[in-house]
Amino acid sequence: MANGSARWADACLAASMLALAPDRLGGIWVLARPGPVLYTWLEGAGRLLAPLVRVPPGIGADRLTGGLDLTATLAAGRPVTAPGLLEGSGTLLLPMAERIEPGTAALIGQGLDRGRSAIALDERAAEGEALPPLLGDRLGLVVTLEGLARSDCLEPFHDLADLAPLRSDWQGLPFSEDLRRDLTATAAGFGTGLRAALQADCAARLAATLRGAEAVETADLATALRLVIAPRATCLPAPEAEDRPPPPEPEQGAQDTAETSDQPQDTQTPPQDMLIEATRAAIPPALMASLMQGTLHAQPSRGGQGQERQGARRGRPAGVRPGQPGGGHRLDIPATLQVAAPWQRLRRRAPGQPIRVLGSDFRLRRYRERAETLTIFAVDASGSAAMARLAEAKGAVETLLAEAYRRRDQVALIAFRGTGAELILPPTRALARAKRALGGVPGGGGTPLAAGLAEALALALTARRRGQSVALMILTDGRGNIPLDPEAPRSAAESDSQQIARAIRAAGVNALLIDTSRRPRAEAEALAAEMGARYLPMPQAEGTRLAEALT
Amino acid sequence: MAVFPFSAIVGQDELKTALILSAIDRSIGGVLAFGDRGTGKSTAVRALAGLLPPMRMRAGCLYNCAPGAERPGCTCEAPETDAPVPVIDLPLGATEDRITGALDLEKALTLGEKQFEPGLLARAHRGFLYIDEVNLLEDHLVDLLLDVAASGVNVVEREGLSVRHPAEFVLIGSGNPEEGELRPQLLDRFGLSVEVSTPMDVPTRIEVIRRRDAFERDRAGFAADWAAKDMATSQKIAAASERLDAVKVPDKMLERAAGLAIALGTDGLRGELTLMRTARALATWEGKARVALGHLRQAAPMVMRHRLRRDPLDEAGSTARVMRAVEAELA
Repeated sequence: MANGSARWADACLAASMLALAPDRLGGIWVLARPGPVLYTWLEGAGRLLAPLVRVPPGIGADRLTGGLDLTATLAAGRPVTAPGLLEGSGTLLLPMAERIEPGTAALIGQGLDRGRSAIALDERAAEGEALPPLLGDRLGLVVTLEGLARSDCLEPFHDLADLAPLRSDWQGLPFSEDLRRDLTATAAGFGTGLRAALQADCAARLAATLRGAEAVETADLATALRLVIAPRATCLPAPEAEDRPPPPEPEQGAQDTAETSDQPQDTQTPPQDMLIEATRAAIPPALMASLMQGTLHAQPSRGGQGQERQGARRGRPAGVRPGQPGGGHRLDIPATLQVAAPWQRLRRRAPGQPIRVLGSDFRLRRYRERAETLTIFAVDASGSAAMARLAEAKGAVETLLAEAYRRRDQVALIAFRGTGAELILPPTRALARAKRALGGVPGGGGTPLAAGLAEALALALTARRRGQSVALMILTDGRGNIPLDPEAPRSAAESDSQQIARAIRAAGVNALLIDTSRRPRAEAEALAAEMGARYLPMPQAEGTRLAEALT
Repeated sequence: MAVFPFSAIVGQDELKTALILSAIDRSIGGVLAFGDRGTGKSTAVRALAGLLPPMRMRAGCLYNCAPGAERPGCTCEAPETDAPVPVIDLPLGATEDRITGALDLEKALTLGEKQFEPGLLARAHRGFLYIDEVNLLEDHLVDLLLDVAASGVNVVEREGLSVRHPAEFVLIGSGNPEEGELRPQLLDRFGLSVEVSTPMDVPTRIEVIRRRDAFERDRAGFAADWAAKDMATSQKIAAASERLDAVKVPDKMLERAAGLAIALGTDGLRGELTLMRTARALATWEGKARVALGHLRQAAPMVMRHRLRRDPLDEAGSTARVMRAVEAELA
């Protein structure tokens, strides 16, 4: 990533761009922790994008879209509606944007589609929290203020008065076909979507306009790629797709000239390679790391965190529903009054009685809470796992069971041996039953690894549909030798288990593979990588380490 | 404000075809469009409104009653007019009250009258109801919508109100599967499903950017440039709808459709029935008088891919499975 003062300059530029084209860029996604740098930026951006309208993450739908103002309605005796924040003017400011509920995010997204714009402050307070994708997609410019010091904040913001005359100019700025193609091709190479491509197209013209240039130039493309494309890259351009040798690095100059000598007309770095390099350089380090490892798509895995479910009696509020209080359900008094309010004239309340509320008016609070977790153990009980190792594996599972019990998780047990997999213990919270079932697992026979994994995946998906979070513990040596179809040749066994491993990864099931072979084996580790699971060889997987691995 | 013209949408042919077919034969049962963000799903649905032939109704009727088939108790006396077919947007945050309709607060408060204020379902009658991010909609609302879409009647029994009114609409849902899947039991309640993906070839992307930019700069002018093409599509839809009942479905084709459904192991008869209707709509859309094998082949992926049982071993996805079965059964 670029140094601090360059990033600050980009952040200031982004504010000016949004001021010129709020409806085309959607907004700015700011990655920053609260602190003086963020406040300085917000103050400057606020002058260009005034007024900033704060939208707290837990805001109700009625505050956004407008609705009946209960207090005013009761006082006035006629319906009084309050306008929603999405209807007004100015730029929406979304603090703690990573905590916005999907429903709220969708409403804000609709507002953005109708021409509003927003600044989302993504503070990344907790691991695994991220801006809702439908918002991230619509906020064209991404700015990273994390790690900047006050001393980096030198570049001043543009003056609002200077921007005003540019507002109509930028759209018609000359943009050559070649440059437009370079920009679009580079954006596609980094695997970004069509919205980003459109936003980058606008950003390039805005960058040129703000430089006071007569036409879009390569430098403006680099700016657009830095602000729009690099932070949302989902892959790195494949070398063969570039159709050209990699760009020359200073120390490789001689070698590179030799390679490109068959292109005599083009001795300089081709502009597109330059753009790819510039974009690469602007990718945030953490994102770059996961792109290099190819683990990006495994990131939004929802396992472990506990998926949310509704209809609960605890947790965060999630709207109201009609019903009778009691049985642990709590009455929502303002909502009940809101339902009762319009009836007061009809109900002819007695003199001195302030308000008549009937049973049918009752509204109950709905909550959302973290769902319980189901831990599925899939244990290899085949002959290759050898009797002694099976006993050890059972010991390991017992440790994990105790840990699961402590956390009030449900557990289920699948054993695979011979020709198929068997659900020994359906999901339960009864630890004693689990222990008994485990003790009774016989060993020996072939290794139907694919069948075991398939059974585990099916159970995981069923549990997830019920709203449970799922963790999958697989104990095996990774050497499957019985294919899914017992009639098929044995050689199909390996590809079968790999296919299901990929399906586990695609389903985003949180998995841990414990290698039960005497010495850690490459097959097991490869299988773990295939399913996006963590890999732990058994000799190291003793007692407490196992318990840690589960959490 | 002008909407982006249907004809100007680059690519996304399957989505456009599915929308047109669901407009030609409304009994197909709606469209589910799942796929990448920013691929023009919402744009296509909103543009569809401009293509549909206008419908007859009494001016200002809150329930969109068809003249001659009024809702019981309808008191509209306004003269008949042509009105555009409604395409109603259902915002994700919408409450049950707003969807089904509720007590008219203003009348109750100011006049002390108990009167029903129709909701989005009434406004969508005889038209389309569009839910973006349908996979994020609360389950009880999805249940309610699918129930009304299937029965064609909205029943409200609460707050001392008892109201029934017709609500026949085509449900269009869109969403991104990465953010949450639709419950499997809801999937096959949609007639057709379409997978949309971001085009990755550069010329297509440039064309998308170019057209969108032209549209943003001069909406009215851009819409006018495409008006003739949109008009031609609109007339073709109208003509195809009129011919729909005359299209013949040979018994042999019914057998082939059943064979495909059996080969794919889809539950119930809904798949076959929808396949037949979709093939018939395709035939009339192409101006043909009878359903041929090619129509079944083209209809099969969008009718069947969301009705398959999940197979963890098959990473190629449902579309590939349908295509394999099509090759085997409809060769």
